[in-house]
Amino acid sequence: MNVRLYIWQRATAAVMAPLVLVHIAVIFYATHQGMTAEDILSRTHGSIAWAAYYGLFVAAAAIHASIGLRNILAEWLPLMERRAGRYAVGFGIFLFALGLRAVAAVVLS
Amino acid sequence: MSDTHSELSVSVWRGAREGHYQTYTVPQRESQTVLDVVTFVQRHLDPTLSYRFACRVGVCGSCAMTVNGRPRWTCRTHVSKVAGDGRLEVGPLENLPVIKDLTTDMEAFFEKWQQAKGTFVPTRTRHDAIAQIRPDSPKRSAADAGIECINCGVCYAGCDTVRWNSDYFGPAALTRAWTLVNDERDGGNAARLQAISAWGGCHACHSHQTCQELCPQALNPTASIAGLKRRTAAAYLKGEITA
Repeated sequence: MNVRLYIWQRATAAVMAPLVLVHIAVIFYATHQGMTAEDILSRTHGSIAWAAYYGLFVAAAAIHASIGLRNILAEWLPLMERRAGRYAVGFGIFLFALGLRAVAAVVLS
Repeated sequence: MSDTHSELSVSVWRGAREGHYQTYTVPQRESQTVLDVVTFVQRHLDPTLSYRFACRVGVCGSCAMTVNGRPRWTCRTHVSKVAGDGRLEVGPLENLPVIKDLTTDMEAFFEKWQQAKGTFVPTRTRHDAIAQIRPDSPKRSAADAGIECINCGVCYAGCDTVRWNSDYFGPAALTRAWTLVNDERDGGNAARLQAISAWGGCHACHSHQTCQELCPQALNPTASIAGLKRRTAAAYLKGEITA
């Protein structure tokens, strides 16, 4: 890892820390209130706030995880750093697409 | 009066990269160090055994070996502390190429010290006045925390990150860099911070703290590396170094 990737990984971790706490709080709230999937979707549908919240979460997670995966690939497999970086970028894009699809399903459906 | 109480079963690595452990029987004595045992083997049982030592009192750091699976200074390791069951296994340091038996090639270790810009860059000449550095200043305290490293290679041999990433500079080289980063008399920080920000530099450290656990000098290389991470991140954000 170089200093640029180090800063990106730490910065995305800092972004995700409060997002994870809110995410867990929302899960507790929804289960304690006995909300059904239909109830939840009725609240999230068309919400720009929830779209922005989980969109940011997905972006931070995709960047953070792909930098970590890049390290693992470079350290544990006989891959050169640059090739490990290419695989990690591909994984990050894949993760980001999956996450956005999930966000779209919650906000647009 | 003899101080021999019993016998030790000592397995010693013989060979280079390929080799085997050979077992010797060595008399056990009071206050016997692992280096004493290795020396006994070489002087009395097998003169072809190769190993390295110099001072025998924990100053030079040249006698480091793997003792019962853990890198240690053999001159400062008492047999009674590590061979409770009367068995001892002595091998070369890990993460370094073996030249022969217990002797490793330290070239890569010291090359990385150079790559991390571990050389003092003077900013004054002999004609200038001696720099006045307060010993209790925060920077001097940070420099003092790592200045006692004698490059024995114990931390390097025990480091998981070195094992996984052969380009990683290792705890000793980065501790040296941290010492110089905090040395107010040094003028090489721009190049040094740039060098340790690249692949293999301080950001490769996983903070396992094995170096801190193993360091015979009780230094904390992990803390030094954490300091370098903070310092290089700040330098990058200020545009003083590039990625």
